[in-house]
Amino acid sequence: MRAGEGVKEYKCTVWSAGAGCHGSCGQKLYVKDGKLIRIEGDENNPWNQGRSCSRALALKQYMYHPDRITTPLKRDGARGEGKFVPISWDEAFDTIERKMKGIREEFGAESILFCQGTGRDVGGPISFLAYSYGSPNWVQLGLSGQSCYTPRLGAMKATFGDFMVADCSQFLEKRYDDPEFEYPEVILVWGQNPPPTCPDGFFGHWIVDCMKKGTQVICVDPRHTWMTTRAKHHLQLRPGTDGALALGMLNVIINEGIYDKEFVAKWCLGFEELKERVQEYSPEKVAGITGVPADTIVSASRTYAKAKNAGGHWGLAVDTAPEGTTVAQAITHLWAITGNIDIPGGSVIARPSHGVTTYPYTTEELVELYGQELVTKLNDKRIGANEYKMVRGFRGWAQPDRAIEACKTGVPYPIKGAWIQTCNPLGGQATRTKYHYEALKGLDFIVAVDLFHNPTTMALADIVLPAATFAEKETFRSWWVPLGVTQKAVQVGECKSDWEINFELAGRLNPEIRQRWGSVRELIDSRLQRAGLTFDKLVEQGSWAMPPDGPFKPYRRHERGLLRHDGVPGFNTPSGKIELYSSVYKGFDIDPLPFYREPVNGPVAKPELAQQYPLTMISGTRNPLFFHSEHRSIPWLREKCPEPLVDIHPDTAKELGIFDGEWVFIENQMGKVKRKASLSKTVKPNMINTEHGWWKPELEGAEPTLFGVWDYQINQLVPGPQDSQSGFGGGQYKVTQVKLTKMPEGGK
Amino acid sequence: MSRYGLMIDYDFCTGCHTCEVACQQEHDYPAGKCGIKLTKFEYETFEKLCIDYLPFPNDLCDLCKDRVAAGELPSCVKHCQAAVMKYGPVDELVKDLEERHKRVLFVPK
Ligand code: SF4
Ligand code: SF4
Repeated sequence: MRAGEGVKEYKCTVWSAGAGCHGSCGQKLYVKDGKLIRIEGDENNPWNQGRSCSRALALKQYMYHPDRITTPLKRDGARGEGKFVPISWDEAFDTIERKMKGIREEFGAESILFCQGTGRDVGGPISFLAYSYGSPNWVQLGLSGQSCYTPRLGAMKATFGDFMVADCSQFLEKRYDDPEFEYPEVILVWGQNPPPTCPDGFFGHWIVDCMKKGTQVICVDPRHTWMTTRAKHHLQLRPGTDGALALGMLNVIINEGIYDKEFVAKWCLGFEELKERVQEYSPEKVAGITGVPADTIVSASRTYAKAKNAGGHWGLAVDTAPEGTTVAQAITHLWAITGNIDIPGGSVIARPSHGVTTYPYTTEELVELYGQELVTKLNDKRIGANEYKMVRGFRGWAQPDRAIEACKTGVPYPIKGAWIQTCNPLGGQATRTKYHYEALKGLDFIVAVDLFHNPTTMALADIVLPAATFAEKETFRSWWVPLGVTQKAVQVGECKSDWEINFELAGRLNPEIRQRWGSVRELIDSRLQRAGLTFDKLVEQGSWAMPPDGPFKPYRRHERGLLRHDGVPGFNTPSGKIELYSSVYKGFDIDPLPFYREPVNGPVAKPELAQQYPLTMISGTRNPLFFHSEHRSIPWLREKCPEPLVDIHPDTAKELGIFDGEWVFIENQMGKVKRKASLSKTVKPNMINTEHGWWKPELEGAEPTLFGVWDYQINQLVPGPQDSQSGFGGGQYKVTQVKLTKMPEGGK
Repeated sequence: MSRYGLMIDYDFCTGCHTCEVACQQEHDYPAGKCGIKLTKFEYETFEKLCIDYLPFPNDLCDLCKDRVAAGELPSCVKHCQAAVMKYGPVDELVKDLEERHKRVLFVPK
């Protein structure tokens, strides 16, 4: 069943081949008689070079699943009763248009929240719909402190004027074979286990590729993982103390004089201030805070600083640290003072490929797409923008903790509706899940766009719109590189792409849209103009393009005057230098230098709480079979991990009389959740580690069961709101105090 | 005719499960049937904790004979995220075992 014999091949560069993730894999779809029969990694795509993942390879079971929603639905009964009836797209669009226009007229467009999770290409179409409608409240609702990448992005923008990623040759068409590339001697992997994730425009296994060629890794992780067991140094810190560790490493590198003196003198600003600040964080003091022995901190710092070239990779644990934006800032300083900036195998500046925007990552991109006037006007109304200057000044998110409170309290103004798109906050990212549930239940009008029913659609939706998988849609991607397009290979039911749905509705809500573009394809082509390319042209050349030499391709662009609008060598910051003392942070009224703060509900800050709940829980550990709250209904995936597990140290289990494989409750002041015990020394005795995103699609969907969400949704134990200075970061997902209790008869 | 096998560099197997689903898709095996099964080992030496993964081909593995006949690599070999699997004649694969530690050769039936 290769191409030919009635089988057609479609090459796609996909945003989320593994349905949901953040990779940019090339995939080949084989279609016969209008049906997908097989999916294969595309060996000609430089991103994955033919590789794939379990989720992408299970695409058939996902697309053609009997539970897939394939027509628009409207609620027929009370919210939560689980009664929905199919309706036509016309009826769905007409109803939504009428309701949304009514709400806008009576209460203002800001009283509708536009809620996304993560994954797929949703960021582009949902922001497009929010701005077209006139609402500033685009938000990852439930994601306390917007604690996923935004804090890191904000820190990078402030320090470098750009974003950075570890260089694993991904910007070069020939990849590892390009003579310009050099393997990193070291990669500092902070707060992530890269292989089971494809985070933020990065293929986790690129680091494994480098390790095979001799790259050494330094891992900062409270857990033991596959990668930490192969690390040269494993800094096994107490959860949430990342900020202290980064400052301690800066202390060693600065005081031992092993930073890149020439680079710092030439390209950095504020070194003396930073030097003075880090004196407060001696390795001995930091050892006391983090639990990492002082000599390990010193030797890891030396390995990192003395490497000829060293990359920096990081994960969500950075964002969830208290004051995630300052923790991220301290880590960027490590990259900067060692001179590992925009060099082969270092950390390189990453911009959306060819300057094309899909999902806006900066305020500048929003202004370019929607105009300064609209952005300024909306900012005045954006929830959280008046309390937090960084929320106002960086990107365009409403502050999620404040947004859900607004639903409940009507402050700063009443919220009337929610547009929830490929996002399941109740089953996934929402901390204080019951609070979110109650607050959202009170809204007048809720639309959910998704592929399957889930706890959120069941509990809340008035209308559900059926979304397409990538095999069923045209879309484009420019998250770093390559610039890519996905072609539509098949149609399933009446499903539509997120772009199609939002484009149609935006046109109904804002007539200007239809004057500018006649179709989604025209919109995509207009955005691709920047690259001098069209959708068809990209399809023709295999679905992707790498940026030519210039501002979008490494290396050493700061030396070549490629980063600033004025063409002067330097960085795209106000001063043109890497700002170790951040004028941007100062402007946001937050400390211009990094500092350390204890996790707010951790055992040090709240010893009385820790007495009652002695174990620190890390939630959100990744499983390569599932993307967040998805995939629990896919047979090929679920059979390999049928139940949600909790890692418990054998000593702790023994003390509590817990056996391997027994069901237990994880419990705290917020509630209790079920997990199956997995005894493992990958955690310390005072910690437990568990996955998020669990609910069971095989259980009853209607209330009160809601697919078992109240039994399995771990983030309902995570308190909130975050209270960082910047408004970003500090969601307490990685430091929640809990206890374990046995269930009667081991839960049988 | 020489015998063929799978060489697995299990020092770098990350436990991603891709090989398993690749096999299931290729053969249209239902859940519960798969030509390769991932196993995990967590153990301690006298110095440290270790985690190793190893995919174990079984009697449902036919070395992707249809793919191979069509000039393609076996599905697991092609899709492995860590690129740790190699297909070839056994006498050649044996040489890979000499090159580095923590490698294993399977010759499914
Ligand atoms: S997880 Fe990564 S590697 Fe797998 S399909 Fe998704 S993007 Fe590609
Ligand atoms: S696909 Fe490769 S890395 Fe993944 S489990 Fe199988 S052998 Fe290991």
